[in-house]
Amino acid sequence: MASSCRRPEHSAPPDVVSLSSRMIEIQSQMSERAVELLNLPEGQPCFLLDVGCGSGLSGDHLSEEGHYWVGMDISTAMLDVALDREVEGDLLLGDMGHGMPFRPGTFDGCISISALQWLCNADKRSHSPPRRLYTFFSTLYSSLVRFYLCATFSLSPRFLELITAQAMRAGFSGGMVVDYPNSSKAKKFFLCLFAGVTGVLPKGLGSETSGRTVPNQVQYSGQRCRFKNMKGKSVKKGRDWILDKKERRRRQGRDVRPDTKYTGRQRRPHF
Amino acid sequence: MKLLTHNMLTSHVKGVTKGYPLLIKATEVKVNDVDFNPQFVCRMIPKLEWSALVEAADLLGHRQDLPSELVPDYEKNEDFLKKVHRALLEVEVIEGCLQCPESGREFPISRGIPNMLLNEDEV
Repeated sequence: MASSCRRPEHSAPPDVVSLSSRMIEIQSQMSERAVELLNLPEGQPCFLLDVGCGSGLSGDHLSEEGHYWVGMDISTAMLDVALDREVEGDLLLGDMGHGMPFRPGTFDGCISISALQWLCNADKRSHSPPRRLYTFFSTLYSSLVRFYLCATFSLSPRFLELITAQAMRAGFSGGMVVDYPNSSKAKKFFLCLFAGVTGVLPKGLGSETSGRTVPNQVQYSGQRCRFKNMKGKSVKKGRDWILDKKERRRRQGRDVRPDTKYTGRQRRPHF
Repeated sequence: MKLLTHNMLTSHVKGVTKGYPLLIKATEVKVNDVDFNPQFVCRMIPKLEWSALVEAADLLGHRQDLPSELVPDYEKNEDFLKKVHRALLEVEVIEGCLQCPESGREFPISRGIPNMLLNEDEV
């Protein structure tokens, strides 16, 4: 799987990107979870903003919950798709890095699915990512009444720092919720920001299982295993050990080569 | 673009202090059928700029006896809520433009979507 299909922002600027069906599925799931994390009061229809609404996938989830929404996107092509799909929300063509064109205190909350990472890239020479991020967050802070939630499936530590720094500067409080932090494939980042309300960060999914493995417990198995294996870790330098080590480094957020059939394979002597 | 959205939109061009409310110059308007949700309308009324809403509805010719002042006890007044619902969510501007009251800068509306993209010097 080429890396460009996981990270569309590495292949094209935001107004020309197109989504594959797997991406659409992932976006759908993230939208559902994002709406869950927004934790809006039960049974009350709210007025929400969807930044980077695209073809209205996330907006549809909002409509399903009975909320009214306004969506903003920079891509005319995606907005046309949204129009054809007859989404219920009102659409706007705009650049989130230019600031939100709304007067103060308009929205109850805001979501943006896989949109924030676009701001971290400078598509034009005159763009400065920190300034665009700050413009976005500061204008959002004033238009919002309560919460902002952003979801993304891939976030390098550098961007994470940049984004949180600008968000805090703009006056937001909050933090990152990570779902399935130990799985590189299922891992999702949700940036939850609170404007003017002290909030408790919701818990990420899949994080309860991480602390449970007891290293010195004896595994009952039919085979005789080497003595070193009893510690619970793989034999040093075997293929399993290499895969574990790579997984560990991925969890730390480092750049690691994908696992292929060549990983840990015996090389010819001249290596 | 629905009037509910229009009520919230301002011009965010750098240096403009009074970019609200945007003047609507509509060439095509449509009226849709939207489910009436009295709870939502009730919640939105305090957030609206009432005079801007009435002015906009008037310009589009869909004012339909919306009062110029907000009636004090609107929560129980279903007729009133229905009128507000119609103005906010059912009237939609399809083609036209929005004009900033201070600078005169125009934001075109096409297929119901206003174009709020700014030029480099306006950011």
